[in-house]
Amino acid sequence: MAEFDTATELVDAARLVRDAGYTKTDAFSPFPLHEIDEALGIKRSVLPQLIFCGGITGLLTGIGLEYFVHVVDFPIIVGGRPHFSLPAFIPPAYELTILFSAFTAVFGMLFLNGLPRPYHPVFNVPRFGLATREKFFLIIESADEKYEYAETRAFMETLGAQEVFDVEE
Amino acid sequence: MQTDKELEQKLHPAMVEGDHTFGSVSDKIGDVTLKKRTPFHWFIGFAIAFMIAQLLLFTTMWLLANGIGIWGNNQPVGWAFDIINFVWWIGIGHAGTLISAILLLLNQKWRTSINRFAEAMTLFAVACAAMFPLLHTGRPWLAAYWLFPYPNTMGIWPQFRSPLIWDVFAVSTYATVSLLFWYVGLIPDFATLRDRAKNKFFKFMYAILSWGWRGSARHWHRYELAYLILAGLSTPLVLSVHSIVSLDFSVAQIPGWHATIFPPYFVAGAIFAGFAMVLILCIPLRHWYRMQDFITHTHLIYMGKVMLATGLIVVYGYAMEAFFGWYSGSQYEYFMIKNRIWEGPYWFFYWLLIFCNGISIQFLWFKRFRESEFWLFVISIIVSLGMWLERFVIIVTSLNRDFLPSSWAMYSPRIFDLTMFIGTIGFFFTLIYLFVRFVPIISIFEVRTLLPDANVHGHQQDFDESVLEIEYTYDKTDPPNQ
Repeated sequence: MAEFDTATELVDAARLVRDAGYTKTDAFSPFPLHEIDEALGIKRSVLPQLIFCGGITGLLTGIGLEYFVHVVDFPIIVGGRPHFSLPAFIPPAYELTILFSAFTAVFGMLFLNGLPRPYHPVFNVPRFGLATREKFFLIIESADEKYEYAETRAFMETLGAQEVFDVEE
Repeated sequence: MQTDKELEQKLHPAMVEGDHTFGSVSDKIGDVTLKKRTPFHWFIGFAIAFMIAQLLLFTTMWLLANGIGIWGNNQPVGWAFDIINFVWWIGIGHAGTLISAILLLLNQKWRTSINRFAEAMTLFAVACAAMFPLLHTGRPWLAAYWLFPYPNTMGIWPQFRSPLIWDVFAVSTYATVSLLFWYVGLIPDFATLRDRAKNKFFKFMYAILSWGWRGSARHWHRYELAYLILAGLSTPLVLSVHSIVSLDFSVAQIPGWHATIFPPYFVAGAIFAGFAMVLILCIPLRHWYRMQDFITHTHLIYMGKVMLATGLIVVYGYAMEAFFGWYSGSQYEYFMIKNRIWEGPYWFFYWLLIFCNGISIQFLWFKRFRESEFWLFVISIIVSLGMWLERFVIIVTSLNRDFLPSSWAMYSPRIFDLTMFIGTIGFFFTLIYLFVRFVPIISIFEVRTLLPDANVHGHQQDFDESVLEIEYTYDKTDPPNQ
């Protein structure tokens, strides 16, 4: 793990790491950095598509519920309106679409991120507490194919970091 | 002649003042919650709010024991303070979502320091609002099968064609999505507090609340996508919720209610009332907690301008209602507007309304009032009162004298109407005080993105840029944070 003082240094170092062929890497910052996605080679998440599916589910649930209630189970004639009165059915279905999309967005994001996860090896480095405050970090995981302790450590020391740490499991 | 620098300052005012670094921002905002000693003014304010909230508790108990008869509602005015308060509180909530969601999509950086407590305000306002539809049913323990579609032993279902059910779905969805949006925004900030907290108990609580967040870039990527999409979902949500609430009225046939202008007119009114409440909250807050560096003068001026703009839309609504009353050719509609303005028993409240919502905001055209914290605060209070009066005028005057003169009767509130309303105000402020003590009142990680230190190669961080790959329309080499 390498520690940096500014976002620019982190992004530059991340590019070098990606160019060196490491894939199982990660960067840590106290706020979202846009350049880092491209610098580390992070692919676009599938979350938006999942949210869309969640929204469609909500819409179908809403329409389905209203259809079942007013056409199948307890149809009554109200002011001469048809049993399946779609204009009147729009508001609840619309709200359920938004509700299900929001649930998918939040719980999908948390699930894909693997949260809640109280323990992670990076927390073993005491200075890592500053990642949520003012410092930037970069790690190369030992699970990476190109990882070799001595070589990788030497490479990280060339990145212009404040300090390089070893992360225990 | 303005110099280039002055022009730049005017077009892109600094959103964070003072010399701040990431660390100082985290400290300044985090310390409010992490400091061991609670400021004395917090105890005083909390005690007062809590005592006022007891009015709500006692009134509710008395209501459940005795029924709606303790209120002043009666035929013909079957809806009064209960629905006025419901619509008032829901309207107030809408500004929070507008600030968080709509201003995010419009890339307005000034939302950053105010969005956290504005969203908290939304949540608490919706909590206060939701009590009224439940309690005004008279037997709220039966409200479960009236309001929620679940298979019950009587085999009956709610009527999905009714705006009252649409309200149930809209308000429930609004409460849930607002809570999720607010909470998601808090996760990185709880992580900041977790890493700084010295007290073991709070460190543990913040650790649980932050779900193990570590600031990983891969997580931030999905986080930003989720946050932006939630903002995109909340925007049509906030517009639809108050439109549906307005449809409670406009779907009925009563003159003064049955108007197609209601949805946009109510939504503008909600934003108007909401910004007034945000100003009422943030003007004292920025002084008591010394947040002037984050909630700057610019923020207050912008909020004042939004209040003026939405207030003018509401005034347009009043003018149109008067016009429709005459232009419709319907004797009932014409009578309705005459009843409101000069013939009816509640004419005083109509003119008070015009003063509060129409005339008081005209002062905001003038720089002296727009830039004065004191006047913004005073005008916000007047506007809050005015928005309450608007719902009063719409509901009570239209019900009090509708189609058949033999049905006309007066309405006057009884003591329990007042205690319930004041009690909800106390409840709201109690929640606000708890929020201020335990939760970061400004979004720490978003303020960090506004600092010049957040630049990467001279390119300022923005919440909605490369995540959705929007093209820049300004020159990328502009100096940051001017």
